Amino acid sequence: MRQHFSHAKAQRRIGFYSCLVVIIFTVTNFAQVSYERIRSSELEPQNWLTYSGSFQSHRFSSLTQINKTNVAQLKPFWVYQMRDPGKVETTPLVVDGLLYISEKPHVVTALDGRTGRPLWTYRRTTPADVKGCCGTPNRGLAILDETLYLCTFDAHLVALDIHSGKLKWDVVVADYKAGYTMTGAPLAIKDKIIVGIAGGELGIRGFLDAYDPKTGKRIWKFWTVPEPGEKGSETWSGDSWKTGGAPTWVTGSYDPALNLIYWGTGNPAPDWNGDSRVGDNLFSDSLLALDADTGKLKWYFQFTPHDLYDWDANQVPVIIDGNINGRNRKLIVTANRNAFYYVLDRVTGEFLRGVPYIKQTWGKGLDDKGRPIKLPNTEPSVEGTLLYPGLGGATNWNSPSYSPQTKLFYVLARENHPQYFFKTDTIYHAGEFFEGGGGRDIPGIEPYGVVKALDALTGQQKWEFKLQLPVMAGVMATAGGLVFGGSSEGYFYALDALTGKPLWNFMAGAQIVTNPISYSIRGKQYVAISSGNGLFVFGL
Amino acid sequence: MLRLITIFKFQISLLCLGLFLFWLPQPVPQKSPNDSGAKLFQAHCAACHGQKGEGGTGPTLATPKLIRADSEASLFKIIREGIAGTEMPGTRVEAEQLKNLAAYVRSLGQLQSEKNIGDAERGKKLYFSKGECASCHAINGEGSAYAPDLSEIGLRRGRQHLMTSLLAPQADVPKSYLQLRAGTAITDNFLLVRVVTKDGKKISGVRVNEDTFTIHLREISGRVHSFFKSELLELHKDWGKSSMPDYRKILEHDELIDVVAYLVSLRGEK
Repeated sequence: MRQHFSHAKAQRRIGFYSCLVVIIFTVTNFAQVSYERIRSSELEPQNWLTYSGSFQSHRFSSLTQINKTNVAQLKPFWVYQMRDPGKVETTPLVVDGLLYISEKPHVVTALDGRTGRPLWTYRRTTPADVKGCCGTPNRGLAILDETLYLCTFDAHLVALDIHSGKLKWDVVVADYKAGYTMTGAPLAIKDKIIVGIAGGELGIRGFLDAYDPKTGKRIWKFWTVPEPGEKGSETWSGDSWKTGGAPTWVTGSYDPALNLIYWGTGNPAPDWNGDSRVGDNLFSDSLLALDADTGKLKWYFQFTPHDLYDWDANQVPVIIDGNINGRNRKLIVTANRNAFYYVLDRVTGEFLRGVPYIKQTWGKGLDDKGRPIKLPNTEPSVEGTLLYPGLGGATNWNSPSYSPQTKLFYVLARENHPQYFFKTDTIYHAGEFFEGGGGRDIPGIEPYGVVKALDALTGQQKWEFKLQLPVMAGVMATAGGLVFGGSSEGYFYALDALTGKPLWNFMAGAQIVTNPISYSIRGKQYVAISSGNGLFVFGL
Repeated sequence: MLRLITIFKFQISLLCLGLFLFWLPQPVPQKSPNDSGAKLFQAHCAACHGQKGEGGTGPTLATPKLIRADSEASLFKIIREGIAGTEMPGTRVEAEQLKNLAAYVRSLGQLQSEKNIGDAERGKKLYFSKGECASCHAINGEGSAYAPDLSEIGLRRGRQHLMTSLLAPQADVPKSYLQLRAGTAITDNFLLVRVVTKDGKKISGVRVNEDTFTIHLREISGRVHSFFKSELLELHKDWGKSSMPDYRKILEHDELIDVVAYLVSLRGEK
């Protein structure tokens, strides 16, 4: 009896420790995405742990199985059709074999990365009266530990259990009835979820928020339009700051060593009529460097002071290091919607270089501080003022890519797209469009898209690949010597990263308006892109 | 007492002044010129519909009845969203501006509309016989797809523009409106293209479709060719050119007027 008791006790003990080992293994190795893992994302190229692939926002995959020598054999492996129709702008996250995607409207799905079969789906209802400027897209999720984070179109931040998709919490970020919406992917950093806001066409007052990942409690808020008395408030006349726009609708970057968040801001409101907002309108159309702990402004750089063209600086800023004029510097680079490529010191915000990367007719150039020197008679007018680029800009929210191998910055831009800029009067009504004009195309002109490879330190063009139409699709460089991108016609294609030569393409059948990613499972590399309502995954 | 009378007189005077001011015609609040329907029309509509809505690349709006907009709601919808499948784009205007613009468009109908001149029946006969228009154009499925379909050309173009197209076809060739239709890869400007294949064949026709890697063209015979651009040695696009003949050499003046009258009558009805 005693012997039997001891045996049973040992059996229980073994069972207990076996379970413990399994639990520890599971917790530490499966879908437990710690901050350290995201920070060191280059150590696990099989995953895609944050919107731009890394905090540096290189959107670069160091996987090499698919490369210049074999990309011609790339073929589709599976397609996942979204449950609701509408254009898809999501960048999937990939964690240990599973993909997490945001569908439209506010559906989040976990997919098997090898088969495309869904494991769970979270669905949320969006109120019918939410008004946004440009459809109801969602560009993706953030992940931290065992939680996924979704910004919703009605301006909530939602936390979901990564294993089941069950709701953990749901907090209101802003009042959608005042014109606020959310379309971008959050950025998860060490102990905060950073979220931006949209609504620059509806006269919001922009901000960037940080939330506690566990509770959803707001930790700090940085208003991108200062109130009277605050730094920059002197750049707004009258009460125009209250409806000044400067939204933050595209995900930024993060430097853990400097503990700085870099985030772009959008147009001042109203977009095309600046009569009521005399001044530079800080911090619209700017790149902000904020202390991640406090949300305090470290520095800013404004690309388009007193913007009258809707040239948001809502592009993904890219963190690189490089030698400028004989000195190694920590840099941040961006191809702006206003047609100039900028190189800034990311410690101080100092302007180092700036050159146009597509045709522009609004500026004579940039001065020593990087401020544009505007040409006369370039303001929007009642009869229309013709300018390059049009209001869609030289590029837009679609992601650029940087290859540490080639040292090139890749961006999908639009060329030959002048527009007439119009100015009209406008009166602010909460939750309504507040634009003061618009843009008008010129019949007969065929604008086109173009993938450009720029020297990341100088902005000098190395090559370009023309597309038939302009497109808001991103690009991804890989260590296989490739650049992947999308087109308006529905082509997913691969170019030689050094020359721009097309090496492969696949007609997916519908407009591509999102960014590519790459991942691997059990040693097999995949590349993925959305086209129309489908998520297409390719491999060899 | 005298003081009371003085106060009473003052009160009476004040009352008279008040009544005078009350009945005086009130100044009408002036709308900002930018916000008026006329200004908005000039900014957004006149380039195609003419300065006074007389028509041009777009149809005349100086008509008592707008065929595509028989109600206020439908006019609002057209201004805001455009008309799918046509060159008419949507215009994002605010609520008050939309009302002003729509009101101005309606007011154009009170102007003298285009005179209905010409014999449309005779024009129809000329179209199919002496003019040989059907060898390139189609109406309600009858004719060729080589040149623009004319089934509802009367809804899309003004009389003067149609006459110009007959007299000087290259003065205003069909324009590409691709940029107004994001996501649409179908070209629509009947651009004349000439290609030379790598095996030396020379083919010319109108562009049916073009994307980054391929191009389709239709010969005047109706035959459609499909090419990967990588298969071509040469690809020429003849911007601004038209294969349509100058009809001054084909039709008499009164015959041209009759053909235009026929084209204006084409409103999509079968």
